[in-house]
Amino acid sequence: MAEAQKMQVSDEVAIRISNMNKWYGTFHVLRDINMTVNRGERIVICGPSGSGKSTLIRCINRLEEHQQGQIVVDGTELTSDLKNIDKVRSEVGMVFQHFNLFPHLTILENCTLAPIWVRKIPKREAEETAMHFLEKVKIPEQAHKYPGQLSGGQQQRVAIARSLCMKPRIMLFDEPTSALDPEMIKEVLDTMIALAEEGMTMLCVTHEMGFAQAVANRVIFMDQGQIVEQNEPKEFFNNPKSDRTKLFLSQILGH
Amino acid sequence: MSETDAQTAFIRSEMLAPQLPPVTERGVIKWLRENLFAGWLNSLLTLVSLFVVVSIIVTALPWWLNGVWNAGSLGECRTIAGPEGGACWAVIKARWHQYIFGFYPQDAYWRPILAFGMMFVALAPVLYYGLRAGAKLIGVVAVLTVLSLAALDHNIAHVGAIAVLMAGLFAFSVIAPKRLVYVTILYPFIAFWLLWGGSIWKPVATLLGFGVMVLVYRLIQPRLGVIMGTAVGFVAACLYWLFVQGAITGALGDAWPTLTAVNSDQFGGFLLAFVIGVTAITCSLPIGILLALGRRSDMVLIKTLSVGFIEFIRGVPLITMLFTASLLLQYFLPPQTNFDLILRVVILVTLFAAAYIAEVIRGGLAALPRGQYEAADALGLDYWQAQRLIIMPQALKISIPGIVSTFIGLFKDTTLVSFVGLLDPLRGVTQIVRADINWKGIYWEPYIFVGVIFFLICFGMSRYSMYLERKLKTDHR
Repeated sequence: MAEAQKMQVSDEVAIRISNMNKWYGTFHVLRDINMTVNRGERIVICGPSGSGKSTLIRCINRLEEHQQGQIVVDGTELTSDLKNIDKVRSEVGMVFQHFNLFPHLTILENCTLAPIWVRKIPKREAEETAMHFLEKVKIPEQAHKYPGQLSGGQQQRVAIARSLCMKPRIMLFDEPTSALDPEMIKEVLDTMIALAEEGMTMLCVTHEMGFAQAVANRVIFMDQGQIVEQNEPKEFFNNPKSDRTKLFLSQILGH
Repeated sequence: MSETDAQTAFIRSEMLAPQLPPVTERGVIKWLRENLFAGWLNSLLTLVSLFVVVSIIVTALPWWLNGVWNAGSLGECRTIAGPEGGACWAVIKARWHQYIFGFYPQDAYWRPILAFGMMFVALAPVLYYGLRAGAKLIGVVAVLTVLSLAALDHNIAHVGAIAVLMAGLFAFSVIAPKRLVYVTILYPFIAFWLLWGGSIWKPVATLLGFGVMVLVYRLIQPRLGVIMGTAVGFVAACLYWLFVQGAITGALGDAWPTLTAVNSDQFGGFLLAFVIGVTAITCSLPIGILLALGRRSDMVLIKTLSVGFIEFIRGVPLITMLFTASLLLQYFLPPQTNFDLILRVVILVTLFAAAYIAEVIRGGLAALPRGQYEAADALGLDYWQAQRLIIMPQALKISIPGIVSTFIGLFKDTTLVSFVGLLDPLRGVTQIVRADINWKGIYWEPYIFVGVIFFLICFGMSRYSMYLERKLKTDHR
C-alpha cells in the first residue's frame, strides 16, 4: 500500500493507558491494559467476542468507567470530573456498530447539533461544515432526509460525518461494519481509508482484516480482557507469535 | 402454461396484458365478502349485530325525534309530547347557561368567553408546527368568540372592543407568528384576571415573581449550573411572593384597571371543568417530565423522593386527595390564610396527573435504545442538553398516546370536584337543575347534554394526538 506509507506518525502521544483494570460487578473484563497511541497512528483491535475490545475503546471516551489505573487522552486524565469528561468527548469522535443516528432529526441536523450546542458555533457555519463533511462521505444529496430513509451503509457514513463535524483529534470505531450487508461494507471502509490517509488518529475495533492490512500501522489482538499480541500488520498476519493468535487467525481467515 | 410442461426450454413470444381481477375479487363485493361474510360464524355475527343496531335505533328514534324544545316545565313537556313520549330538551334551553358558566354573573359572561377564545390563541404556537395552521385556528376562534359574544352580551362596546382585540391577535399571528409565544407566556395571568377580576396589579405582581426567578437563574446558572440556578431562583421568587408582593399590591390597591371581583364559589359547569382541567394539564406535563427523569436518576436521594411521590400519589384515590384539598389543608395552614378552594383542587389534581404522566414518560424513556444516550454522550452534550435535544423529543413522541389518555382521564375526572362542593357540570349543576320544582324528575336529557359536550372535547384531544403522531413520524418504518 503506497498511500499507507505516506501516512505520518508523530512522536506526540495522543492516548496513554497505564495499568488499567475494569470490572463489571465482580467480572474482570479488562485486565492490566497498558498501551500508548501516538498522534496519527491507526490501530486495529481484533479478538474473539467477549474479549473486551469494545469495552476498551469505550473506556477511552468514558462511555464505560474504569476502576483502576490511568487513561490520559490528549493530556487530559479521565476521572469522575464531568468537565474533563465533556472536554475529552468533544475531542474524541466515536462511530458505533448500530450508527445511533438521531431518528427525529434530519441528516443535516444530526451533523450540526453538537457543533451548535457544544462548540457554540453559529448555525450557518455549522451547516457549511456539515455539508463539507457530507460531501466527503459522498452523500450531500441526502442532507434533508431522515436517517430512517437511508441504507445502512449511508447511515454509517452519516455517523462518520457527524463525528467529523466536531473536528475531533481522535476517532474511535466500534465495529463500524458489523451490522452492514456485504455490499455496503466497502463504501464505509473506503470512507475510513480516506480518513486514515489524512492522518487522523484512529482506533478501530473490526474484523475486516483487509482493512487492517491496508491502513493499520499496528494490530492489537485481545483475548479474555488482555492484550495478547500486538505487532505491525505484516508481521501479525504472516508470522503470529502466540498460539491463541494463530488459532484466531486460522479461524477467521480459514475460508 | 401448458406449453412449458413438456419441455425445459421456453421462450415467450408475446407479453401478456394486465387484466382486471374476477368480479368477486374486487370492489364492494370483495369488501363485503372479506369483512362481513367471511365464514358462517362471521356472517351470523354480522346479522346479529345488524339486528341489535336496528332495534336500538327503532326504540330510541321516536324519543329523539319527538323532542320538545319550548316548554316551561317537565309537565308541560309531557303534555306537548303526548302519549308516545319524547325528550324534553326545553330544560337545556332554560338552563344551559348554568351548565356552561355555573353561577358566574350574567353581565360578565364576556370575560370567560374572551378567556376561552384567548386560550386557543395562547395554545396555537404550542399545538401546531406549521405557523399557518396556527393562524388559521386563531382566525376561526376569533370569529366564533365575537359571534358568541354578540349573541350573549348586549353591550355593543364590549363586543366591539373584543372584536378589535381578536382581530389584532389574528393580525399578530399572521405578521409575527413566532412572537405569539409571548401571548402564551402572559396568558395564565390574563386569564386569571379576566376570570376572577379584581385589580390587574395582583397578577402583574405575581408575574414579577417569575421575572425575579428568571433574573436570579441567569445570574447564577453560568457559575453554579442548571440545578443550583433553578433552586436559588425558585427560593428567591418564593421570598418575593411571601414578603414583597403583598407590599406592592397593597400600595397599588384598587388602582385602575379593575374588573368586578368574582368569587370562586360562583364558578361552575364547564367553566369550572376547563379552569381545573386546562391548568392541571399544562402544569402536570413539566412536573411529570421532571419526576420521570428523577425516577431514572443515579442520585439516590432524588430517585427515592421521585419514586416515593409517584407511588404515594398513584396509590391514593383522587377523591381522597380532593377531600384533603378541601378539609385537611385548612388544619395545617396558618389560621388566617384564605387559600382558594379552586386553587387547592387544581394543585392536587395537577400532582395527581403528574404522577401518572411521569410513569407514561418513563415508559417512553425505557423504549429508547441505549445507543441514543451513548451517541449524545459521545458527542459531548451535557445531561440537560442530551435530555432536551435528543432524549425528550423522542421519548415524548413515543408517549403521546399515553399522555393524551392521561389528559383525557384528567379532564373527565374534574367532575369529581362535586364531592368537595364545587359545581361540576355532571353532578353539581344537574342536581341544582333537578332540585327546581319545574324540572323535578328529569333524568336523561341533562346527562346526555353534558355527556355529548365531554365526548366532543375528549374526541377532539384524541384526534389532535393522532395528528401530532403523524406529524412527528420521521422513522419511516
